Amino acid sequence: MASRKESGAASTSVLASTSGTLDSPVKQIQIEGLVLLKIIKHYQEEGQGSEVVQGVLLGLVVEDRLEITNCFPFPQHTEDDADFDEVQYQMEMMRSLRHVNIDHLHVGWYQSTYYGSFVSRALLDSQFSYQHAIEESVVLIYDPIKTAQGSLSLKAYRLTPKLMEICKEKDFTPEGLKKANIGFEHMFEEVPILIKNSHLINALMWDLEDKSTVADKHELLNLSSSNHLEKSLQLLMDRVDDMSQDIVKYNTYSRNQSKQQQQKHQYVQRRQQENTQRQSRGEPPLPEEDTSKMFKPPQPPPRMDTLLIAGQINNYCQNVKEFTSQNLGKLFMAEALQGHN
Amino acid sequence: MTPIAGAQQRRSISPPPQKKPKTTSMQLRVNRGRAQHRAWRYTCQPKTAARRHSLSLSKMSVYGPVVKIHPVVLASICDSYERRNEGASRVIGTLLGTIDKHSIEVTNCFSVPHNESEDEVAVDMEFAKNMYDLHKRVSPTEVIIGWYATGFDITEHSVLIHEYYSREATNPIHLTMDTALQSGKMSIRAYVSAQMGVPGKTVGVMFTPLTVKYVYYDTERIGVDLLQRTRVLPNRTKGLTSDLSQVGGSAARVQDMLTTMLAYIDDVLSGKVAADNSVGRFLMDLVNKVPTISAEDFENMLNSNINDLLMVTYLSNLTQAQIALNEKLVLL
Repeated sequence: MASRKESGAASTSVLASTSGTLDSPVKQIQIEGLVLLKIIKHYQEEGQGSEVVQGVLLGLVVEDRLEITNCFPFPQHTEDDADFDEVQYQMEMMRSLRHVNIDHLHVGWYQSTYYGSFVSRALLDSQFSYQHAIEESVVLIYDPIKTAQGSLSLKAYRLTPKLMEICKEKDFTPEGLKKANIGFEHMFEEVPILIKNSHLINALMWDLEDKSTVADKHELLNLSSSNHLEKSLQLLMDRVDDMSQDIVKYNTYSRNQSKQQQQKHQYVQRRQQENTQRQSRGEPPLPEEDTSKMFKPPQPPPRMDTLLIAGQINNYCQNVKEFTSQNLGKLFMAEALQGHN
Repeated sequence: MTPIAGAQQRRSISPPPQKKPKTTSMQLRVNRGRAQHRAWRYTCQPKTAARRHSLSLSKMSVYGPVVKIHPVVLASICDSYERRNEGASRVIGTLLGTIDKHSIEVTNCFSVPHNESEDEVAVDMEFAKNMYDLHKRVSPTEVIIGWYATGFDITEHSVLIHEYYSREATNPIHLTMDTALQSGKMSIRAYVSAQMGVPGKTVGVMFTPLTVKYVYYDTERIGVDLLQRTRVLPNRTKGLTSDLSQVGGSAARVQDMLTTMLAYIDDVLSGKVAADNSVGRFLMDLVNKVPTISAEDFENMLNSNINDLLMVTYLSNLTQAQIALNEKLVLL
C-alpha cells in the first residue's frame, strides 16, 4: 500500500534502461490518454507550490507490458486529518470502480515532482513496499514545471533487483553496500513509456481539434531560461552541500576507525611486553583481556542517504544538461532568424 | 431559463407520472400505466421533426450560462462508455465542477451504474453519494453540477434522472455525448431543464441547450497536443521524446505553418485568391515581431547566453564526475 511521505532522492540510469536491456518483468509501459489527463489535472488543481501530489495507478499486465488504464488521486495529507484512513479510502475507491468495470488491479503509483527532486527515502520505501507486494509495479514521476515549458515530462521508474535485495536486508552499512556492489546508477531503472488511445478517444480527439482554437502559446520555443536554470542550480547546490557534509562524516568515521585500530594494536603490544616481562620475573601472566570489549568500534554511518543524495545530484545534472542543450538549439535558431533580417 | 421560441428547438416532453414514485435510498423506479404510454407515443411525433433541424442548432445563439468542459471529462465519458455492461445501451454519470457567475466549468466526472429498460430506470444513488464523498476528499472545491449520458437523444428516463439530480444541485446541467457517432460526429451538447406547459394542467419539462466551450489548462493543452499526435500514427502508439529532438519537432511544425502561409501569400500575389485585409495585418504583425537589433549587440547577447549555458553544462558534468569518483572511493 502506498505510504504517505515526501519524495526523496533516486538515481536514474537513463542510458541503460532505454536501450531495452532490462531484466525485469516489465519492459514497457503503455498508458492511456485518460490517465495522462487525470494526472495533469490533479496537479493543476491541487498541487500548489512545491507540494507533491500522489495517486494510485490501475491497470493490468499483458505479457511483458504494463498497461495503465486508469488512476485516482490521493487526498492531500493535512495535519488535522489524523484519523483519515488511507487504506480505507483506497479500498472504497477500488470497490466503487469495480462496479463500473474499471480495472481495479493496483499496478503502481504516481507522484509529481518539483524541478526533478524526487529521489528520497520516502519514495524508496514506498516503491519498495509496492514492488514487494506486486512484482510489476512502477512509479510514474510527472514533472509539471518541465511540462509547462512545452513538452510532457513523464518518467516511469522501478527499483533494480539489487536494490530490492538491499532494502529487504535493511543492511545499509558500507560493508553491505560494497558486497552488493551497488552504485547510485544502479538504484533505479527507467522503463520506456508508450501512449496508446482507443479508437473512440481518437475520434474524440478529431472532434476536439475541430472545435477548439489553436493553442496560442508555443512554450517549447520560448527563449527565456534564466529562471529555470537558477532554481535548478540552487537545488543542485543544496544537495552538493548535503553531500559534502555526508562525506565529512564518513571521513571522520574512517579516521576514528583507523585511530582505534592503532590504539588496539598498541594495547595488545603493551600487553605482550608486560607478559614477557612478568614471565621473565616468574609472575603469572596477566589474562588476555578481550580487546573488542575495551575498544568499542565506532558506528559506521549509514550509506543509504549518501547513495540517495548522489542519485539526486545525478538527476539534477541530467535535467540541467537536457535543458541547456535545448536552449542552445533555440539560441542558434534565433541567430538564424536574425541573420535573415 | 427562458425557453426559446421556434419550431427548430430540441424538445423532450414527458407527461407527469400518475402514481407517486416510490423513492428508496437505493433506487428510483417508476412504473407507468399502459394507457399513458400509448398517449405519450402519440405526442412523440414532433420529436422527429425537431431532430431534422437539430444540426442547425449549433449555430443558434443561446441564453444561459456557458458550459466550459475540460478534456479529461470527455475522455472519462468515452472510457466509461467502452467499459459499459453487456446489454446497456448507454452510460450515465455525475459531473463535478465549479459554478461561476456566467459559466459552469466541468472539471471531473464519474460514472454511476444504472439499469434501463422499456418502462423503468434504476440508478444506484448510494453509489453516487459514496463516490462524490470520496472525490470531495481529494478536491473539496468541486461540487455536483449535473450529470451526463451517452447517446444522441434525450429520453423520458433522462427526465427522471434529471429530477433526482436537481435534488443534489441547484439547476443541474445535462450533458449528452454521442459516443455511437450516430450523426457522423461526436456531438457534445449541454442542456438545462425548464418547466413548461400550462400551470395546473399538463406540466412538462423542456431541455434548453447551452453553449459548450472547451477549455484547457496550459499543461492540459500540451498533454492534449501529445495525444493528438498519437492519433495519426498507424499503430496508434507514441513514445515520449526528449531533449533536442523535441525542439526539432517543434521547429518542424513551425516550418510547416510557414510553408502554408507562404503558399497563401503566393496565391494572393498571383491573384488566385482575393486579398484579405485582416490576414494582411496579422502578417505584418508577425514580420514586425522579429526585433531589429544591431548585429554587434545581438552577437554579444548570443555569445553571453551561450557562455552561460556552456558553463552550466560544464559544471554539471564536473559534479557528475565528482560523485562517480566519490562512489568508487567509498567502495574501495
